[in-house]
Amino acid sequence: MHINILAFGIAKEICGGSTLQVEVPDHATAGELKQLLTEQYPRLGGLSSFLLAVNEAFAAPDTPLSARDEVAIIPPVSGG
Amino acid sequence: MDIDVIISDKPLDIMACVGQVTRPNAGGIDVFIGTVRDATQGKAVLRLEFEAYQSMAIREMRRIAEQAFAKWPVHAIAIHHRTGVLQIGEVAVVIAVSAAHRAAAFEACRFAIDTLKQMVPIWKKEVFEDGEVWVAAHP
Repeated sequence: MHINILAFGIAKEICGGSTLQVEVPDHATAGELKQLLTEQYPRLGGLSSFLLAVNEAFAAPDTPLSARDEVAIIPPVSGG
Repeated sequence: MDIDVIISDKPLDIMACVGQVTRPNAGGIDVFIGTVRDATQGKAVLRLEFEAYQSMAIREMRRIAEQAFAKWPVHAIAIHHRTGVLQIGEVAVVIAVSAAHRAAAFEACRFAIDTLKQMVPIWKKEVFEDGEVWVAAHP
């Protein structure tokens, strides 16, 4: 299935845009997607950390994904 | 719970934020104002650029306020954050907390800014004379 992904901050620069589409196996989890993204964009692995958000909430590695989810790459935050 | 959360690309109005938490039953209002500093680790900063995952950031800011209500007897909490390009001295964030007594207001306000910095999906880029850096991105 296709997953639409939002990228912010430095992740936007690493991934070359603020939105991207990634193909993952059906029933993939957030952890599997994170692994896939790190393989496709190795510079993500050089960050202090990064998390995925699914439908505007931080996702645990075992969070299941569906094609309608809004997924976002959350590099280390630095607001305030 | 009396919570006011705003993300705006326009300059923040400090007194408007304070006004959001002013209550007749409050004995004090604690306010934190985060401003753009002109240097980081001795290196001159020209400006900051803030970006937010707006919908999630609003949710997370609201959640922080809800947690503060659960921990301390506070009356109202306002959290306002700026996005876009900010010059030195401009206001990036304002947090105001009112309570019957000052201890709760101080502690809840500190909790709110500390947790915001750890959890809320907002990013800042420091722009220097010779380049730019996303803050905290790399070890």
